[in-house]
Amino acid sequence: MWSILYSSNFHWVLTSTLILGAAAGMVGCLAYWKKQSLMSDALAHAALPGVIIGFLLIGEKNIVYLILGAAISALIGAFFIQWVQSATRISEDTAMGMVLSIFFGFGIMLLTIVNRTAGGNQSGLDSFIFGQAASMVKSDVFTMLTLAIGVIVIVFVGFKEWKIYLFDPSFAKGIGLSLKGMNVVYTLVLVTTIVIGIQAVGVILIAALLIIPSVSARYWTDSFRLMISLSALFGGVSGVLGTFISAVGNGWPTGPFIVVVAAFFFVISLVLGKEKGILINYLERRSQRKQMLVTPSPSIINVKGGK
Amino acid sequence: MSKTVLKVENLTASYRKNYVLEDVNFEIAQGSLTGIVGPNGAGKSTLIKTLLRLHPPITGTVDFYGLPFKDAQRVIGYVPQRGSVDWDFPTNALDVVVMGLYGKIGWLKRPSKAHKRLAYEALQKMGMETYANRQISQLSGGQQQRVFLARALVQDADFYFMDEPLAGVDAATEKAIMAILKELKSYGKTVMVVHHDLQTVEDYFDHVLFLNRTVVKHGKTLQVFTKENITKTYGGNLRIHFAEEESHVVHPL
Repeated sequence: MWSILYSSNFHWVLTSTLILGAAAGMVGCLAYWKKQSLMSDALAHAALPGVIIGFLLIGEKNIVYLILGAAISALIGAFFIQWVQSATRISEDTAMGMVLSIFFGFGIMLLTIVNRTAGGNQSGLDSFIFGQAASMVKSDVFTMLTLAIGVIVIVFVGFKEWKIYLFDPSFAKGIGLSLKGMNVVYTLVLVTTIVIGIQAVGVILIAALLIIPSVSARYWTDSFRLMISLSALFGGVSGVLGTFISAVGNGWPTGPFIVVVAAFFFVISLVLGKEKGILINYLERRSQRKQMLVTPSPSIINVKGGK
Repeated sequence: MSKTVLKVENLTASYRKNYVLEDVNFEIAQGSLTGIVGPNGAGKSTLIKTLLRLHPPITGTVDFYGLPFKDAQRVIGYVPQRGSVDWDFPTNALDVVVMGLYGKIGWLKRPSKAHKRLAYEALQKMGMETYANRQISQLSGGQQQRVFLARALVQDADFYFMDEPLAGVDAATEKAIMAILKELKSYGKTVMVVHHDLQTVEDYFDHVLFLNRTVVKHGKTLQVFTKENITKTYGGNLRIHFAEEESHVVHPL
């Protein structure tokens, strides 16, 4: 069972989940400050019907077409979310909840139908639900790597633009940045990250790889640049470790392991994080209280009664 | 007579189906310092946003310097309401001020040392240099407002729009901001400010624009800042509205 670790294919798979995790960590930071963490989850679920339809049309598991199908399906989901909240009285979170469940339900229905027909079982489409990194072949890996590196480059090159777009969009527009253009690029990198991640991590859990690393990174820094770098690091390491663990067990799904590793980093960050981590907060408060006790002042009443 | 730098004709704008601005007409002369006053919901913020194309107009024309908007945009500075951004964003005061230079730096290029120096000087001007490296969420409301002002200064614009820069700031900040506005005016720059405190209008602004969904009155403060016009804009009893305005300081539009 350890033999898989020495195959060159597996090394490529590890590389691809490393870069995927890094890309997801970076894009996750954008989603975090756009306050759209849940959006990535909705879009990931919305990608499923596209994967199956892509398979039905081509008749084989060609990653390029499956990714294309997933992207189209996710973009339709994004469009629905936009449209529902602008044209009806339904709010954004409700719209996301609806798109998420309806698209996913539709996808599962299609998947069941495909699995009943001959050849469907062998196609391994099931692995798109929870991810199966080890099942990727070299061409899958290259497609994924190219797209993930593309995403990283876009985030990196436009770093200053992303910052102002996320921090103060109306000011950004005032100095001539096209918000429409930025919205389009943002949606494109988000959807690309999601669709390239679904083979390795699965539609259900890919959003976690976008959300968790960025939140963990927030606990370590007050600089946007460092937050993105750390988030990329957390995402990349989670991707590699998760893939590694899942490969040891034969046929174990990859997604859950990646998410568990990411969650482990999150708990560490939450407790030990230098910026408002639980432990630091506690120690700071205790030393403040001690100081108050040494030099008694009227405000001691507040310290005891309040926070 | 100084030249007209902004000409607004027949401007109408709405949020959803409610008209917030109807048939707005006015002209602004170069070097004037105008206070926009009116009750809550009068469309003061919407007016600024519509002029700057941050909000789409339904009808009407807005003419800056007789230039196409793309060109005029270069010489316009905008200070949004302090509450319009998330101050928890991971960045420091200096960095926010550098953002004012992004247009000049050029898209996709990195800010240089010289840009950072310019930003630092703008912070100095606002008395904020000691806070340059401070995370922005750790600044007080007044300090955050000064950072926004510094960011506008560094843009070196000819025409400034400011949305309630004095809302919820301490007396020292208010003084510092007003000193800067007067200085901008002395350089021949034009400034329009959404203002909420009627009691200071006469001291602060040379022009007043009374707004309540449309322009009630616009002109030199000495001539148009009268009880009659205030009543016309706010409706009803003047004293009640003074009290009401004050209570609204905490929640700007």
